[in-house]
Amino acid sequence: MELGPYILLATLEGAVTAAVLALTAVGLSLVFGVMRVVNIAHGEFFMLGAVIAWYVAHYMGGHPALGFVAALVLAPLLVGGLAVAADMTILKRIEYDPERTIVATIGLLYIIQQLTLMTYGPEARPVEPPFNERIALPWFEFGDDGLEFYYPWGLSTTSYKLAVIGAAAAVLAGVWAMMTRTKVGLLMRATQADREMALAFGIPVERVYAIVFGIGAGLAALAAVLIVPIQQAHYLMGADPLLLSFIVVIIGGLGSLPGTVVAAIIIGLSDGIISVFFSPTLAKILATLLVGLVLVFRPQGLFGTRAA
Amino acid sequence: MSVSARILVLHLGLLALLFVLQFVLPPYHHGNIARIMVLASYAIGYNILFGYTGLLSLGHALFFAAGMYGMGLTIQHAGFAPAPAILVGILAGAAVSAALALLALRTIGVAFMIVTLMFAQAGYLTVLYFGEYTRGDEGFVIQAAQRIVWGIDLSDATNRYFAAWALFAVSLIICLQVVRAPFGRTLVAIRENEERVRMLGYDTFAHKLSAMVLSGTIAAAAGAFYGLLFGYAGASFASVQYSILPLLWVLLGGAGTVLGPFVGTVFMFYLIDLSSGITTAHMLIAGVALVALTLFAPQGLVGEIKRRGAKWLP
Repeated sequence: MELGPYILLATLEGAVTAAVLALTAVGLSLVFGVMRVVNIAHGEFFMLGAVIAWYVAHYMGGHPALGFVAALVLAPLLVGGLAVAADMTILKRIEYDPERTIVATIGLLYIIQQLTLMTYGPEARPVEPPFNERIALPWFEFGDDGLEFYYPWGLSTTSYKLAVIGAAAAVLAGVWAMMTRTKVGLLMRATQADREMALAFGIPVERVYAIVFGIGAGLAALAAVLIVPIQQAHYLMGADPLLLSFIVVIIGGLGSLPGTVVAAIIIGLSDGIISVFFSPTLAKILATLLVGLVLVFRPQGLFGTRAA
Repeated sequence: MSVSARILVLHLGLLALLFVLQFVLPPYHHGNIARIMVLASYAIGYNILFGYTGLLSLGHALFFAAGMYGMGLTIQHAGFAPAPAILVGILAGAAVSAALALLALRTIGVAFMIVTLMFAQAGYLTVLYFGEYTRGDEGFVIQAAQRIVWGIDLSDATNRYFAAWALFAVSLIICLQVVRAPFGRTLVAIRENEERVRMLGYDTFAHKLSAMVLSGTIAAAAGAFYGLLFGYAGASFASVQYSILPLLWVLLGGAGTVLGPFVGTVFMFYLIDLSSGITTAHMLIAGVALVALTLFAPQGLVGEIKRRGAKWLP
């Protein structure tokens, strides 16, 4: 394959990464923005979404689409419910103290990971996609008779991957609409702007926190259900999404949703292209150093305006 | 007995007790205690920054690993003798912690945690990247023949116990002296209210910088000793888990107490040791311990004792 089609392919793969990453990172960003706490267990909520998707698809039987759709509904609900329970039993009792929340969510990370290992086991298991037609993509060339289109070998994507991108965009639009157009979103924004004042106006801040924590975890689970037919469900799969979400949230400006989406697209797309030129380990080293340095010198993020 | 005499008796008493235990412990616990004393030194270093200065670092594995690899790589590839290699490890830890401090101390709170986490992660990945020298996850063994210091064979259990005890004693006494000196008092004041300390004319940045370098250097010394005494250096010691463990030990024992790190390390070590007979998922216990601690005993074991009566504990 020549370089042109190769980069197109890397971009398409990158777009799938970006779509899933955007969902996961928006969940993390929402929690940070409204509640001012960092949820280290976010990656484990992602992993739980994938594992639940496997269980649902496995026990549902019938057509793969049936199990997948059920997982798409059940996994975010179950994971969101678990997050709400964790919020009410743990985070609420430590009064959302930022440092103690980090320690508690590290504990939660270990608990979720080990319980998954003990029940689901160490295997990586696939979930069948609901539909998966291969779509060959054309590439152009200036030949003897001017512009020509042809189908290079290997340049293809699947209908499922395109659907993932579409679904992620739709969900993100939904989150945006919820934040800007609904009463719940208004309450969330009020709480984010000034917790004390929101309390004074009779907003049930603690209930808002529980809902936000649930939605954040649910978004991670949803992202995992979308990616699990492409990757596989594994009990350690939460580490990379957590790290990447962190990077995205920090680059995008802590707590800023549009910044997060833009950063997810940049990171997702460049991830594929960078790993063409560097070894994956070196790419990760550069990415983590970049995040550290951005936080040191531009704590408001590359796109943020407000100090974190 | 005056307070300072009481403090001296308690801490020197612990050191004397550990020294004597050497002769009565069965071999299995003998090895465990040696390991615990090295890990407790790591926790003591961590506690200086977290417990006394109030800076929660999630990147101390970087310092521990700097000590371990500073020692291990010079023995393995430069043919150093153990004593100068240990010194290289300690100096590496001091240099790395000073460099990270200059960057990370520009941030506060959650940003500080994430910056230390990210740089430690970059350090861990760097160890993996130079797998040719570090042998990555697999790690490398430091042969018994390379572990003889001034004719003392450190692979021997008794000598190993004494070396671990010496490291622990030095760390404990440094910590005790530092926190009772004006410098340590200023660190506590910074933890409680940095603005006010700055207003009183103290250079808080210089104090935090010194605290982080001292903390990182003790962590590196523990890393270097750990590698040398137990004859192994591997990438897992640079991973996030080894940044979280000292936090766990310190929280369990009591942040901002001199004895807390030791008590926490003993408690956690034996909790995992005893429970591994029942379940293999020891991280589950660590997780439950972390959550329970933040909920029910944010002061830790020694912290609770201090709160309930023994206010004189340093």
